[in-house]
Amino acid sequence: MKKKKQIKKVNDKKEKVTEELSPETKLENRRSFLKKIWKGFGIIASVEVAAVFFGFLLSGKQDSEMKPKQIYEAGKVNSFQPNSVTSFRGGRFYLARLQDGGFIALSLRCTHLGCSINWEESKKRFICPCHSSSFAINGEVENPPAPTALDYFPIKIENGVVKVDIGTKLKRNRFNKSQVEYA
Amino acid sequence: MVYAVKNNKPKKLSGILLHLHPQSINEKALAFNRTFGLGGMAALLIVLQFITGIMLRLYYEPFPQKAYDSIIYLQNSVIFGQLIRNIHHWCGVFLVIIAFLHLLRVFFTGGFQSSRKVNWIIGLVLLVLIIGSNFSGYLLPWDQLAYWAVTVGTSLLDYIPFIGSSLKHLMLAGEEVNAQTLLIFYNFHTAVFPILLLLLMAYHFWRVRKAGGIILPNNNDEKNFVPTYPNLLYREFIVALALIAVVFTFAVFFNAPLLTKANPDFSLNPTKAPWYFAGIQELLMHFHPFIAAFLIPAAIFICLIMLPFLNLKEELNGVWFYSEQAKSAAKFAMFSSIVITSFLVVLNEFFPKFETLLPSINSLITNGLVPVIILLLIVWIFYKFVSKKFQLSPIGKVQTMFVFITTAFIVLTLIGIFFRGVDMKLTLPWNV
Repeated sequence: MKKKKQIKKVNDKKEKVTEELSPETKLENRRSFLKKIWKGFGIIASVEVAAVFFGFLLSGKQDSEMKPKQIYEAGKVNSFQPNSVTSFRGGRFYLARLQDGGFIALSLRCTHLGCSINWEESKKRFICPCHSSSFAINGEVENPPAPTALDYFPIKIENGVVKVDIGTKLKRNRFNKSQVEYA
Repeated sequence: MVYAVKNNKPKKLSGILLHLHPQSINEKALAFNRTFGLGGMAALLIVLQFITGIMLRLYYEPFPQKAYDSIIYLQNSVIFGQLIRNIHHWCGVFLVIIAFLHLLRVFFTGGFQSSRKVNWIIGLVLLVLIIGSNFSGYLLPWDQLAYWAVTVGTSLLDYIPFIGSSLKHLMLAGEEVNAQTLLIFYNFHTAVFPILLLLLMAYHFWRVRKAGGIILPNNNDEKNFVPTYPNLLYREFIVALALIAVVFTFAVFFNAPLLTKANPDFSLNPTKAPWYFAGIQELLMHFHPFIAAFLIPAAIFICLIMLPFLNLKEELNGVWFYSEQAKSAAKFAMFSSIVITSFLVVLNEFFPKFETLLPSINSLITNGLVPVIILLLIVWIFYKFVSKKFQLSPIGKVQTMFVFITTAFIVLTLIGIFFRGVDMKLTLPWNV
């Protein structure tokens, strides 16, 4: 059965090739060929346009992201009391010295919706004015809706001076000891 | 009063207007309570926004150092500067409200069925474009209100899974609102959105005409056609004048808000998203951001898009609320939604949350899954109760649930705008 079918198919093809094409079908073939070429051109052109568009959009952004390393000198270790928070609005961070003397530099931005948090000295906590999330001195969430602990910046302590790398913001879910820098 | 004879041949201006309308229309289409002229009002407000927007463009400078000062200059030194800005502001406010009311009108008269399916979707896209225009314009004054409203509004994007944070990054051109953001918002506000709005509006109108004009009950016994000019055009003209009068009155007596210059270091207390997002912000007070900012709005929007493709078996055909039964079910749904929503908001304000009771469990469960299950349970029980009590047909069921959810959304929005004071605590409107 299979063989028979194959033979039939071959015969069909042979017939088609040997068949004289009428001028109309020739024209039709040429037309559909040209149409295909136009479609191909169209696809290539739209890919090009998309590439230009996205290249244009994205290349500008990369430059603004490649910031030089920004180091902010906060001050001498001894000038910060344990269990205290100092605000550095110029560097856009809070420098917190924990009870055990460790340092952590916290971002101003609430992790909920990006408002600037304020330090409440009387209650020893950060509070967000937008949805009243509050954070402990180490940035841990005390009261929702904020979903994660405050972002923080890496700290280096050189020659008794606290230096904060404000170019790199680090995200975290929860506070742990490894985020704290000791003198 | 209806002019029966073609005593006035359309000339010049009215001739142009008649390209929007057919030469003659069904007399029934003239009744004001068919549409309340809402679609036409929205179109007029968009035209006013184009005119006042171009005027504002002549003075506005889209750079962080200059933007705020250029607004101050416009208000203090330019003749009618403050008035033009006020008109632009109030038109924006009215446009969102009227577009929303237009959506309600089309829904309750069945303008989303049969030949109008596509136009319902186009209308939803137009609503998104209107809100997009409004939101992109919100940043331009570069005052504290603008800066923080946009910060909060764009931070909502962070909670969309997978694409959210890169979408936000693309929109802001960075992690926070910056100079590039202002330029992007300016271009979307004054070029991209207006062009899209204009094109889609034309298509929206064309499809209304293709569907045979506004939706009317189709009893064949009485079809009396009257010339559009002057019957319809005069009516439209009167509505237009009344609307312009209202907008101008607001613009004269109430100034568009302008606080101090934007300061990225200090958030306002309270910081609120633009008012039309106040409902979503209110949800954020009660749910995990993933639920409030993404899941619930997305679910509602998908329901709205699906609406024309539901098999409702019958058609409303321009009859308000379908039947007396459906009407009383709608009233009942509205009343119970107001009571339930405000009760839940107050309850959640004064009672401890699951999240603080069980701090060891992921907040996506305690503050997301648990409240969502409670919410779905309430909706489900209400659905069963109403269907049984009022013996509703499919159309009546859909309509009742639509009323239930829309009312909840309106109540949340009103609470967010008028009842949230310092620290976003519940207060009375005069203390906000």
